[in-house]
Amino acid sequence: MTVEFPALALILLFPALGVLFNLFLGPRYGRGAVNVVGPGVVFVAFGVATWAFLTLLAMPPGGALAVHLWGWIEAGRFHTELGLRLDALSGVMVMIVTGVGALIHLYSVGYMAHDEDFARFFTYMNLFAFSMLILILADNLLMMFVGWEGVGLCSYLLIAFWYTNPQFAYNGRKAFVVNRIGDAGFLLGIFTIVATLGAHDVWTLDFVELRQHAALLGGAAATAAGFLLFIGATGKSAQIPLYVWLPDAMVGPTPVSALIHAATMVTAGVYMIARLGFIYTMAPAALGLVATIGGLTALFAATIALVQPDIKKVLAYSTISQLGYMFLGVGSGAYASGIFHLMTHAFFKGLLFLCAGSVIHALGGEQDMNKMGGLRRKLPITFWTMFIATLAIAAVPPFSGYFSKDLILEAAYDSGHSWLWFLGVITAGLTSFYMFRLIFMTFFGESRVDSEKEHHLHESPAVMAIPLIVLAILATVGGWVNLPGGLLWGNAFVRFLTPAVGAFKPIVEASPTSLSLAASIASALGIALAYLFYLRLPGVPMLLAWRLKDLYNLLLNKYYIDQLYNFIVTRPLFWVSDNVLNRAIDSFVIDGAADGAGLAVRTSGQIARRAETGNVQHYAFVYLLGALGIVAYYLFLVTH
Amino acid sequence: MSPFNLAAINFVWLPILPLVVVTVAAMAVLLAGVRVDDSESEGLGLLTLASLAVAFVFTLGILGQYGVAFAGAISVDSFSAFFELVILIAAMFTVMMSLDYAAENRIPGAEYYSLLLFSVLGMMLMAAAGDLIVIFLGLETMSITVYVLAGIMRRNAKSNEAAIKYFLLGAFSTGFLLYGIALVYGATGTIKLGPIHDALASGAMGSNPLLLAGIGMMVIGFGFKVAAVPFHMWAPDVYEGAPTPVTAFMAVGVKLAAFAAFIRVFMVDFASVGAHWQTVLWVIAALTMTGGNLIAVVQTNIKRMLAYSAIAHAGYLLLGMAAGVRSGPAILYYLLGYTFTNLGAFSVVIALERRGEAGNQISDFRGLAARQPLLAGAMAIFLLSLTGVPPMAGFVGKFYIFSEALHQGYVGLVIIAVLNSVVSAYYYFYVLVAMYMQEGGVEVERLSARPALVAAVGLAALATILIGVYPQPYIASAANAFHSASGAEGSHSAALEP
Amino acid sequence: MGGGITLNDFLVLSLIIFSLGLVTVLTRRNAIGILMGVELILNSANINYLAFAYYGGGKYDGQIFAIFVIMLAAAEAVIGLAVVLAIYQNFKTIDVDAAETLRG
Repeated sequence: MTVEFPALALILLFPALGVLFNLFLGPRYGRGAVNVVGPGVVFVAFGVATWAFLTLLAMPPGGALAVHLWGWIEAGRFHTELGLRLDALSGVMVMIVTGVGALIHLYSVGYMAHDEDFARFFTYMNLFAFSMLILILADNLLMMFVGWEGVGLCSYLLIAFWYTNPQFAYNGRKAFVVNRIGDAGFLLGIFTIVATLGAHDVWTLDFVELRQHAALLGGAAATAAGFLLFIGATGKSAQIPLYVWLPDAMVGPTPVSALIHAATMVTAGVYMIARLGFIYTMAPAALGLVATIGGLTALFAATIALVQPDIKKVLAYSTISQLGYMFLGVGSGAYASGIFHLMTHAFFKGLLFLCAGSVIHALGGEQDMNKMGGLRRKLPITFWTMFIATLAIAAVPPFSGYFSKDLILEAAYDSGHSWLWFLGVITAGLTSFYMFRLIFMTFFGESRVDSEKEHHLHESPAVMAIPLIVLAILATVGGWVNLPGGLLWGNAFVRFLTPAVGAFKPIVEASPTSLSLAASIASALGIALAYLFYLRLPGVPMLLAWRLKDLYNLLLNKYYIDQLYNFIVTRPLFWVSDNVLNRAIDSFVIDGAADGAGLAVRTSGQIARRAETGNVQHYAFVYLLGALGIVAYYLFLVTH
Repeated sequence: MSPFNLAAINFVWLPILPLVVVTVAAMAVLLAGVRVDDSESEGLGLLTLASLAVAFVFTLGILGQYGVAFAGAISVDSFSAFFELVILIAAMFTVMMSLDYAAENRIPGAEYYSLLLFSVLGMMLMAAAGDLIVIFLGLETMSITVYVLAGIMRRNAKSNEAAIKYFLLGAFSTGFLLYGIALVYGATGTIKLGPIHDALASGAMGSNPLLLAGIGMMVIGFGFKVAAVPFHMWAPDVYEGAPTPVTAFMAVGVKLAAFAAFIRVFMVDFASVGAHWQTVLWVIAALTMTGGNLIAVVQTNIKRMLAYSAIAHAGYLLLGMAAGVRSGPAILYYLLGYTFTNLGAFSVVIALERRGEAGNQISDFRGLAARQPLLAGAMAIFLLSLTGVPPMAGFVGKFYIFSEALHQGYVGLVIIAVLNSVVSAYYYFYVLVAMYMQEGGVEVERLSARPALVAAVGLAALATILIGVYPQPYIASAANAFHSASGAEGSHSAALEP
Repeated sequence: MGGGITLNDFLVLSLIIFSLGLVTVLTRRNAIGILMGVELILNSANINYLAFAYYGGGKYDGQIFAIFVIMLAAAEAVIGLAVVLAIYQNFKTIDVDAAETLRG
């Protein structure tokens, strides 16, 4: 049952108005006005979203709210409307994005209090909220892509917010280019769907209609589309092999890391797969790939997080790892479980980043955990809230992460991916180790803070503390909406989502209790080890790092993946462009044979030089070569 | 009985009224400008702008009509009107960009604006052509004037070099086109497009060697004008050397006119022998996209970068042509979005440019966002549209062309195109990075004293967004235009309705 | 018709002149030399038009086309010489390889 609900448009309208105000009037009306309008519009959007969500809750299961805006692309038989749709899935997402988003906007008021560029900051932040809400509320795939690109753009703008640092600007560009690779996959995926359905004379990208016609996609097309769309997801949600941009994205202001690179944007890939679950369900191969990549990424990123000294880098790799969990969940066919973890993760990881920001803020920009320690008493609110978030991510019951992680691991096992379940359990142990390492290094032990920063230490102002406390409450109780089956309102969240994303169909039935026990033991082990290493025997990590130097360096340097990509992708692209096509011989002559350019390159380089030296007759010569090619083709055509 | 039948004269002249307006205006501007100082040519520019606007209004009258005039030499249909309107828009934007530029750089105003109008005349003739003679005449009228426009800064060595290169290669390639037309004429026995269409559609030609050679030569000739690889070599040099408003005019106007004729001849009249040319265009499209994008990556001069970018976009359009008749409306829509986007981008380049050399390097864009947030914002819109980021016009255009090509089964070409648009993100974003994330660059001088230029930037930005966010009417008119041309000699329109 | 000379002979002649034009354009450094090569190419096309019109039977399209081409070739030559003059003023030579500042 779908009900027309025009107020949905208001959820988009308010952030859009915020963008316009901050962009054009922000600098004129000053900080006070921007501080009210910037977060205010998101709070209002949250209010409208709550209204819509409550309306949805009052409807029978499977209901949805919708509003049609206008016809967008109508080309021949193909047409796409601009319309918004709020069902259980997008309802949950909208609540997360506006709710957590509003809190982080509020926090930003305090965090950016000393930055001159506050108007630009809130312009981008509001623009992000606007684009993210388009992505979520879109009722068709193409409009979702609009939001998808929009959040990407905001992400790059915000990564490079402090652009005076050339490295930051470079990181923004890296994020953009890596994401464009993913976007190409996404677009090809859309094309695959359009072309396949078009062959059956069905011309739509509307989610509801796609679902009705899903059978037409057949196995092969669904698999191809699933693979291609997943490439897009690996870019946006930082999975192997396209995760490399996310750690670099941490150079942005910390509220940005919390909102975009932890709570909302990076989960877009998970949302997209849950939204298109009906396609993935028909493509077991693609779904299996999603689960495998998810499981591998979870483990891979967690190992890197073990040794990072930078507090935000730890959290960044932790985010990649937790996103891996979500993909493991949706890849196992348990879409609701993946979304459940997405929600709890938004609470606790958003909180972790905000706490890290609070620490960094207090230390005047310091991010190296080797220069922290003993901050527990100086920053009590930050410490306690961050501790709660750590308990949540380490899956300690009854904190939220416990319920969602359990559900995902159970789904992984029950869908027959027992080895991915095993990876997940190991990852759970690693997660609690690196998170407690972070807590111990930051808040416990002796203070290693620079002496001149020591007496500037201060707890963050109320405007930053309130979001921490609210999120800490959510990180604690957020998981309770889906208690294990049979307990009170057991499985309420999953049952609520099921009409929108489909039910999970297990292949094997394992005992939830023993699975849960295994994961809990791994977590406990991780905590115990971290306690041993970083509080009891602080010499051990150094010793281990020294004894296992190669492994340690491998992890510290993130498996050298960045260098590898640079070597096999970035540099050859430039090389081909610069040498083969543009001025092969020029640089060949200048750099000599040292470049080791092969004979083939030399030959094509000579042609390229003839072509590009600026000599008009060489241009005519290349022209003639092209002409002869065409003539030869036609000669061939005539004689055959 | 009166020797003159006024009604008949009116009827005959009506379809070419816009052309007449432009011609008269060109001569009027030339005469009016005899005694105008080179540094005070704004008045001539405004006169040009006004006459282009009048021609625009008259052209609107042709929309929805259908038929031929002057014994088939002129096609009167929405296809002509669509292209004439877009060409006139491009010309008006060019004049808006030129007003200050021409005076500032002491470009002889009378010659400049009247040559501009004459070349618009040539372009409109190409769009409205009903036989191959008119196409050739239009092409030459356009080309000869643009050769001069490229070199109109006579004391500037680069402008001169651009002119000689463009002229020599242009004349050379005219020879190919002319030879090709001669062979097609020999094969079909007519130069009228309608009869050519019928002769080919009857299937009697088969693979007549004369016809094949003629088609091949015409591909080469048009390929030069749209700057397709490997006939593109002139474009970067000429774009860089020519005065920037002229570069914009070449990148948009010349391309529009060339595509108008190319599309009409190939996708309408040669449609029935598509097997003879679609493969060739397939290869050329792939080369053009790839070559343009790869070489653009290493450019440091913004005009040169935009030249390679224009080459790459020609590749996407050729992809549409290679994919066959069904993509026609998509190509027209793409051209519309491309027009505003490119004109806007070049307007921003002009805003940064100063007398002499400064302002044309990408590094000159550094820090623009901090100094001129709105100008940088507009440039960002253009760059995003060129990259194909929604909701800009460039995205809808690419999506439309690629999905039509996919429907025809051109999977390989579409994959090449999508990969290419990934590469293109790299160099467009390079400029974005410079504007938003770096410092330095050049100051923008007296922007407030150049209202026409500012208006051009603003209008182009608005249009780029509007055509992308609410593309429906433009897609409809593009489809209408294309079908009115193909409907004249065989109905494809029925196939496209639900 | 044509007394022993056939359409093919004209086509071959035109092709030879076309090729001569190509070679001229590619080998002459002197801008005016290149221009003459272009004229050869245009005139080779003209031969085709006239031959097709003559052997095609009764239609004047080809002749008309050829007249237009001659007219345009003259216009093109005028513009070309003007551009070459400007080149001479700037570079003190009319060899095209002098103007190679725009490249890459």
